[in-house]
Amino acid sequence: MPDLSINFAGIKSPNPFWLASAPPTNSGYQVMKAFDAGWGGAVWKTLGVPVVNVSSRYGGVNYRDKRMMGFNNIELISDRPLSDNLREIEEVKKRFPHHAVIASLMVQSRQEWHDIVRDVQNAGSDGIELNFGCPHGMCERGMGSAVGQEPEVLQTIVEWVMEVAKIPVIVKLTPNISDITEPAMAARRGGADAISLINTIQSIVGVDLDLFAPYPIVDGKGSNGGYCGPAVKPIALNMVKNCAQHPDVQLPISGIGGIESWRDAVEHILLGASSVQVCTAAMHYGFGIIREMTSGLEQYMTEKGFHTIYDMVGKALPNVKHWEDLNLKYKVTAEINEEKCIGCQLCYTACEDGAHQAIRLNEGTRVPEIIQENCVGCNLCSLVCPVEQCITMERRDDGTEHLTWKERTEAGTIPTEFDDERAGGRHHWVPAPAAALGKEKHKTLPGKARQYAAADAAALESSAVERPK
Amino acid sequence: MAEYNTPTSEPEFHANFAQLKPRMNRTEALFESSRCLFCFDAPCIKACPSGIDVPQFIRQINTGNTTGAARTIYEANYFGNACGKVCPTEVLCEGACVYNLQDMKPIEIGRLQSFATREAIEQDKKLFSAGPPNGRKVAIIGAGPAGVSAACELRSLGYEVDVFEAKAQPSGLTVYGVAPYKITNEEVLAEMAYLEAQFGFRVQYNQPITSRRELEALEESYDAVFLGIGLGLTNPLHLPGEERANCVGAVEFIEQLRQRHHQTAVGRKVIVLGGGNTAMDAASESARLGAEDVILAYRRGKEEMGAYEFEYDLAKGVGVKGLFNVAPVEIMGNGKVEGVKFIRTATLNGQVQPVAGTEFVEPCDMVIKATGQAKQLHLLRLIPGLQIDGKGRIVADERTGQTTNPKYFTSGDARNGGAEVVNASAEAKAAARGIHEYLSAGL
Ligand SMILES: Cc1cc2nc3c(=O)[nH]c(=O)nc-3n(C[C@H](O)[C@H](O)[C@H](O)COP(=O)(O)OP(=O)(O)OC[C@H]3O[C@@H](n4cnc5c(N)ncnc54)[C@H](O)[C@@H]3O)c2cc1C
Ligand SMILES: Cc1cc2nc3c(=O)[nH]c(=O)nc-3n(C[C@H](O)[C@H](O)[C@H](O)COP(=O)(O)O)c2cc1C
Ligand code: SF4
Ligand code: SF4
Ligand code: SF4
Repeated sequence: MPDLSINFAGIKSPNPFWLASAPPTNSGYQVMKAFDAGWGGAVWKTLGVPVVNVSSRYGGVNYRDKRMMGFNNIELISDRPLSDNLREIEEVKKRFPHHAVIASLMVQSRQEWHDIVRDVQNAGSDGIELNFGCPHGMCERGMGSAVGQEPEVLQTIVEWVMEVAKIPVIVKLTPNISDITEPAMAARRGGADAISLINTIQSIVGVDLDLFAPYPIVDGKGSNGGYCGPAVKPIALNMVKNCAQHPDVQLPISGIGGIESWRDAVEHILLGASSVQVCTAAMHYGFGIIREMTSGLEQYMTEKGFHTIYDMVGKALPNVKHWEDLNLKYKVTAEINEEKCIGCQLCYTACEDGAHQAIRLNEGTRVPEIIQENCVGCNLCSLVCPVEQCITMERRDDGTEHLTWKERTEAGTIPTEFDDERAGGRHHWVPAPAAALGKEKHKTLPGKARQYAAADAAALESSAVERPK
Repeated sequence: MAEYNTPTSEPEFHANFAQLKPRMNRTEALFESSRCLFCFDAPCIKACPSGIDVPQFIRQINTGNTTGAARTIYEANYFGNACGKVCPTEVLCEGACVYNLQDMKPIEIGRLQSFATREAIEQDKKLFSAGPPNGRKVAIIGAGPAGVSAACELRSLGYEVDVFEAKAQPSGLTVYGVAPYKITNEEVLAEMAYLEAQFGFRVQYNQPITSRRELEALEESYDAVFLGIGLGLTNPLHLPGEERANCVGAVEFIEQLRQRHHQTAVGRKVIVLGGGNTAMDAASESARLGAEDVILAYRRGKEEMGAYEFEYDLAKGVGVKGLFNVAPVEIMGNGKVEGVKFIRTATLNGQVQPVAGTEFVEPCDMVIKATGQAKQLHLLRLIPGLQIDGKGRIVADERTGQTTNPKYFTSGDARNGGAEVVNASAEAKAAARGIHEYLSAGL
């Protein structure tokens, strides 16, 4: 049985799954319920200056039939009295001494920071998270992402906090910045014990086509919100990786963003996170999803022979390189498994119109054929193919050669002129522009037109320019 | 044991004849439409006799453009809503869906199609209108799928159109013949009213055209005549005892069922003669009307039946039993039907042969003959120069529907010998274009 427990910058937790600071951690009731369900920790909904919230706070992005693939909110920090929150933190800690309770904080002046840090320490919090991420409402008052976007201000506030903090301090970063490592380094300089990322991304999730207003609509108007949920995972992963790889950051990372299953969590961990936080998924499905997360993680660790979380933290980092370090001699091309092909021809139209005209259709069959000479190995067809393992990308080089752009630059063999013989696209066959005209038009016309165009189609098809065989 | 109790009220009738393809709600339509792969040069389009751009309308549903979806459907097929429910999709679009090749459930194209069109009908979306009048007139005989589709297309091309229909309601066999568990009368008629309102053709109901004098009148006042008369009554079997009470034709039985619902009389033990889709329908319908035993008797083996496999499965599913390799010899009884005398058959070199000495009587109190519809030869012979083929079908040009009497055009069952609603609808659209081509040529 693998050991899921962690010690994150001094904060101990029975497993790496924490609830992110958000509505699910708004009260002692919810946090107790979550711990009861199996969550390892909870970052309390941000405490701080008094706020007033609007009604109508969330917007969703649906993809076809999938609801809330993306999610956004225009909610502020906790609007409950500080004293209630402190009392509930104390109560939770008494009941769950081995679970992690982290107080998320956001105030303005040095004095306010000192006071609130002392308050949550006295209440028994295991750690503190500084919310420098909220991209709406709070930033307009000089807090949240307004701080996260100014590394020097951020550093100053961290220093204020460290003056009184006796428990570990995590700085939560905003992704609304061009280089995430800048605020990360500032956090380190300020003396923080760890960082967490990402907070939400500034967004408009949609516009009502009748009311001409962005979602969520508050009395006919809307505002930008913060984007999160499954859609943001790729952005979060990249930022986690950037911080994990940077030699001047060197802080434990709590990964946040789009985590809904054990797989998402493992991805964050492999890129350097040693705890993970979840918000949207808990808001969508409730606390019960923790069971799938822990059991999936355990199963994965057992299969891989990992004994502790730390056996896999950052394990993928050595394989994340700069583009210039990739092997230019590596070559794959697509192969269609005819037995599996169902003839949807999505690969054909994707390659024909969206890639390199490397797939042809043949008379009498719906199974397309790859024109190996034209295939650049872009993967597109294998990505659109709806059948598992039907299009595979097969390695064609013998694996003996290794040459990167960096090496070519050093050797002086990179293309330097517009028509340079050494450029990649040279000698790659492309059809003549005019061969496109009328080609297959009949196959993409609307129903009725298709019927009447069918007659002309035969003529067109026979005049179509053949590709080299 | 009967699977169904005899229905005695409208609600009971509708319970026994519950829709096989019930209406989708929005969520279901969204889920199902999102499964569509939007294939390139999609096989489902090619498998649809009316060439509906299936992936296009499914994508329109998926993006919330249900009205656009309805337009896509109607542009190819004026019986869009009916076809979604009554088409044998298993052998048409859905049978061609690429998911079948992955042993997965194909997209429910028919139900999606009805979802979109039904919404357009209910919300009375104006999708079409008559074209600018071109001063010419066409008479249409028969307001079935062929006649109505031709009328819509001709109106859109600017023709004045008068339809003469023998019966009291439009849509032909869609409302008088198709099984009630496929579509309800109300749903069929709502689509007809929707089309009539948009295109503005005139239908004269209870107006059978039967005499040379009437035909002459049409030939004189109209520039062209379209024959959308379909087929006729059930073919006689020429068997002794056929005239006995409770020995009925399938088409007549079903017509009564469609109009009178649970008030249709059915026997306790019914024998249906035939192996085609109409036989399957009549058998299923008898069972759902509460018949205790229904036997489907066919001259040849099970595999040789003309019916679609899924139609036979449907009949079996409601308790119908098959009796194969038997030919009826006589309808037995004393005034009323009391049984059918059969002789067993064997197939030799493709020919069905009776096996001497194997006669037996299967008792029953009702016989339904589902042995094909007669052609309306009496009427067709009144049209000068009209050629009819050996099977009683009107000879006409494949593309234009023009008959050997240049003024007459035709499509649907009358020409193809009996197919589906979708064929009649699609072919009539082409024939309307044929009429337009013919009448425009002289200009
Ligand atoms: C029992 C049965 C079940 C069927 N089930 C299905 C099914 O599930 N799905 C499917 O797609 N298809 C089904 N069909 C076939 C389908 O109904 C026909 O293919 C289609 O209706 C043919 O259309 P039509 O316009 O050619 O002929 P019809 O529908 O027969 O219409 C002809 C019209 O012309 C009128 N008419 C005829 N003669 C004259 C005259 N002399 N003067 C004036 N009016 C006249 C008739 O009253 C009728 O209204 C079924 C057919 C039958 C018999
Ligand atoms: C409704 C809502 C309110 C949030 N409130 C806070 C907050 O008060 N403090 C904070 O640091 N982050 C807040 N966040 C951001 C989340 O903690 C988290 O960083 C973000 O949602 C990305 O994670 P996810 O993929 O789980 O959605 C909030 C998010 C949502 C959806
Ligand atoms: S890998 Fe890219 S280039 Fe090759 S066939 Fe597929 S889509 Fe075309
Ligand atoms: S995308 Fe896949 S299933 Fe579809 S035609 Fe191409 S290879 Fe076949
Ligand atoms: S074949 Fe099936 S999946 Fe492909 S476009 Fe048609 S309905 Fe969609």
